[in-house]
Amino acid sequence: MLMIVFLPKDEGKTIKIVAAIGTFVSLVLSLYAFLTYNQALGGMQFNVTIPWIPDLGVTLALGVDGISLPMLLLTNIIGFSSIYASWNMELRPKEFFILLLILITGVMGTFIARDLFIFFLFYEIVVIPIYIMVIIWGSSKRVTKEYAGMKLTIYLLIGSAFLLVGLIALYLAAGKNGNPTFMFDQLAARQDLYSPAFQKVAFGLMLFGFGSLISMFPFHSWSPDGYAGAPTAVSMIHAGVLKKIGGYGLIRLGIMVLPLGAKFWAPLIAVLAICNVLYAAFIALAQKDLKYVIGYSSVSHMGYVLIALAALNPTAMTGAIAMMFAHGVMSALIFSMIGFIYEKTHTRNIAELGGLAHQMPRLAIGLLLAGMASLGLPSTVNFISEFTIFMGTIHVFPALAMLGIFGIIFTAVYILRMIANVLFGPRRPEWDHLTDIRGAELVPLVVCVFVIFIAGIFPNILMGLINNGVYSSGLAKVLETVSQVKMGGLF
Amino acid sequence: MVNFNFATVLTPEIAMAALALILLAIGLLIPPGARKGMMPLTVFSLLGVLGYTLFDFFYGSKASFLSGMYLHDQFAVYFKVLFLLAALLVVLSSGGYVQKFAEHRGEFYSLIMAATLGMMIMAGAGELITMYVGLELMTISFYILVAYLADNARSSEAGIKYLVLGATSSAILLYGISLIYGLTGSTQYTEIASGIGGNLTPASFLATVFLLAGLGFKISLVPFHLWAPDIYEGAPTPVTAFLAVASKAAAFAVLIRVYLLMMNSQAFSATGQTLLVVLASLTMIIGNLVAIPQTNIKRLLAYSSIAQAGYLMVGIIAVSVAGVKGVLFYAMIYVFANMGAFAVATHVAEKQGSDDIKDFAGLIRRSPLAAVVMTASLLSLAGIPPLAGFVGKFYLFSAVMDQGYTAIAYIGFVMSMVSVYYYLSVVKVMFLGEGEGLPDIPVQGAMKFSMLFTMIITLAIGIYPTPLAQMAFAAAQSLIK
Repeated sequence: MLMIVFLPKDEGKTIKIVAAIGTFVSLVLSLYAFLTYNQALGGMQFNVTIPWIPDLGVTLALGVDGISLPMLLLTNIIGFSSIYASWNMELRPKEFFILLLILITGVMGTFIARDLFIFFLFYEIVVIPIYIMVIIWGSSKRVTKEYAGMKLTIYLLIGSAFLLVGLIALYLAAGKNGNPTFMFDQLAARQDLYSPAFQKVAFGLMLFGFGSLISMFPFHSWSPDGYAGAPTAVSMIHAGVLKKIGGYGLIRLGIMVLPLGAKFWAPLIAVLAICNVLYAAFIALAQKDLKYVIGYSSVSHMGYVLIALAALNPTAMTGAIAMMFAHGVMSALIFSMIGFIYEKTHTRNIAELGGLAHQMPRLAIGLLLAGMASLGLPSTVNFISEFTIFMGTIHVFPALAMLGIFGIIFTAVYILRMIANVLFGPRRPEWDHLTDIRGAELVPLVVCVFVIFIAGIFPNILMGLINNGVYSSGLAKVLETVSQVKMGGLF
Repeated sequence: MVNFNFATVLTPEIAMAALALILLAIGLLIPPGARKGMMPLTVFSLLGVLGYTLFDFFYGSKASFLSGMYLHDQFAVYFKVLFLLAALLVVLSSGGYVQKFAEHRGEFYSLIMAATLGMMIMAGAGELITMYVGLELMTISFYILVAYLADNARSSEAGIKYLVLGATSSAILLYGISLIYGLTGSTQYTEIASGIGGNLTPASFLATVFLLAGLGFKISLVPFHLWAPDIYEGAPTPVTAFLAVASKAAAFAVLIRVYLLMMNSQAFSATGQTLLVVLASLTMIIGNLVAIPQTNIKRLLAYSSIAQAGYLMVGIIAVSVAGVKGVLFYAMIYVFANMGAFAVATHVAEKQGSDDIKDFAGLIRRSPLAAVVMTASLLSLAGIPPLAGFVGKFYLFSAVMDQGYTAIAYIGFVMSMVSVYYYLSVVKVMFLGEGEGLPDIPVQGAMKFSMLFTMIITLAIGIYPTPLAQMAFAAAQSLIK
């Protein structure tokens, strides 16, 4: 049984150590779940089921399958590293770590919930801590941190308002036979209760809600501003896992429960996804601030996930989930490295930096490897996932997939430009006083790099599980049925 | 009809009446030095009545008597529990504030008891005249309470305003009642329902609109809301809290009964339903949007309470067990959330003598408990999980969507997200502001208890709402068979 680890919130000076131990314990637990998950059996495992609000049909049901387990593991990897990435936090550390732990708990809960109500509950828990963290510990460079925090919060909440309407509509439709439920598997099993017209509307609402979370074009503008304003740990968690709730929700709720709706909206998603990839990549090219480059790059990468979802076939789904995992680890690494750069130099302006590899070789290695992963270099997990995505997509949307592959070139351009300007070039005397990252600061680097390469070189560790999840959760079957349905798309 | 004893069924009412008189007498008799004991005395008596009422809710015999003039069903008892809880929390958090008018402390508590008695009668009334008597008892007590800070011009001004506007609304209500009596020859809800018939004549329409206007004033329904901000701002803060919570809930109790029992004729439901949908939407939109630029915490809470009234109206529109249950559930958690927020506002006003939001700066450092309680209360009002407000809104809006009113649910959700903006701006000031030059204001004693209590209940109901949901369901079922 995998219980949610309700993390300790002790006070005192040892708070950092307590936080680190807490996340370490849950990391070990999720690794344990990862290793002992029985692939032959498939489906949901480590289940906990407690009736919660009987009159609404809410059940406190937790459990993981091949789709949510990678996400859970990702959350724990990033949570664990984010504690170390904020190791030098001096301002009100107690509050900071309490909120950080609430945040991690909320995200974890979202991924292990098997009940829609509980899923939503956990998802909304994270919004307010993020707001408070951004306004207190954030940084005001291009936009003030108050603005960034409020923008992020409002975008997410308006999105979730639409999501909630969709959710209630779905709940009421599923409850027509007098037996209300919020369980994902029950909702998915009651296909015959949802008319095609209803599915279109409900999926549209969910697309709006989850789409603004995964920063789908044109609801993406909170993302770069938010990341730039947020403290490092929040950027890591937000870009690394929170965003992925959008993709995860679209798979778990959108495609599995409302397949006809998904079919209807798929062409639109694909087009918007390519807008994400290209548009955000172009903007990233023009950015001067390190965090903005990465912010737009994460918007761009989410485009790949979205187009894979729109392709509606098992290969692309596997790729999408792997991409979410890969991008999560990569962006956590890159944000933590940028966090250290900012902490030490007090600037994120690319033009002011340069030649940092001379003073900080270890940090340079971290940023370099993260950059390579970002542009999908073979032997990183990102390459595997991008490759799978395009394998799955190219025969569904040939033209769009070609455009997407084209986008990788732009990614390479802005990533290499950033790395070259920040790390290499002549030694700059004004940065001579900087010390390299050491001790606890190395933890995010080691953990993330290890994960990126181990999953990249032995892809089966991750891909096998995800593939198993896609098939055993019934997703593949749903997709097969959908592909046979003839229905007028949006275009 | 079952055999029962007036005395047992009416115990809470009788106890409240006695308590009001005893407190008045004690306030006059005992020497000023000993008057500090009045607060604990009131609290413990209220606890006794509350305990009995809760017992009554689960195990008491239910009846209507005096040929339907007064109803003693679970619906009424649920509201009585709610009023008593609100009164209890107000008394608990007003301990320090009342020091300001040490001369008249006895009357203060006595008036709160009288107002509570009025609300109880409103909830139990089975016909319009009894309801009106309860309403007037409550309102007249409030006229005095609002103007209680006699040497404060704002408080007196608020008192006069409330008197003039309240009297006008009472007159309109009374006119509506007399029209209905003229049309149907009865003041009893059930008889009116059969007397008013299936056809909507201009006269009956006018009468129902007048009734709605009179009650709408009490629940600050747009367009009858204009009094609320001024009076909330001027009144002593504990009184504002009581006014915002209990008086509104009492008017809702009446509105639910009147609306569901009396006006369920086909003819009315088409026109009346449209009217209510429009009014509820306007209330949500105006309440939330006008709250945004407010700089005074009491005005902000006033507009927020207007918006909350809009959410509650949504449940009435659903006209179903689920809808009434939603209203009952939400009204109860609204008590805790609002009382928490007002307790903090009272505390700050008492220690710093100011209601401006900017004076909350740095509260997280100066008084961590108060800041956390305020945050939890505001977020519950905004409907952010895992706090109780979310579950409440879920009940309300799922009930109304079930009846096919999707548009109003959209408005409700989008407006609650708008409300997050102004609630968070208060949170921002508390967490981010430096608060230089402002004193440390630790929370103590009864105030600390009431803050902690409201916060814990808000959180507990949000995480595990089942017990309260069952109570609300039982109460709603006692009303709609």
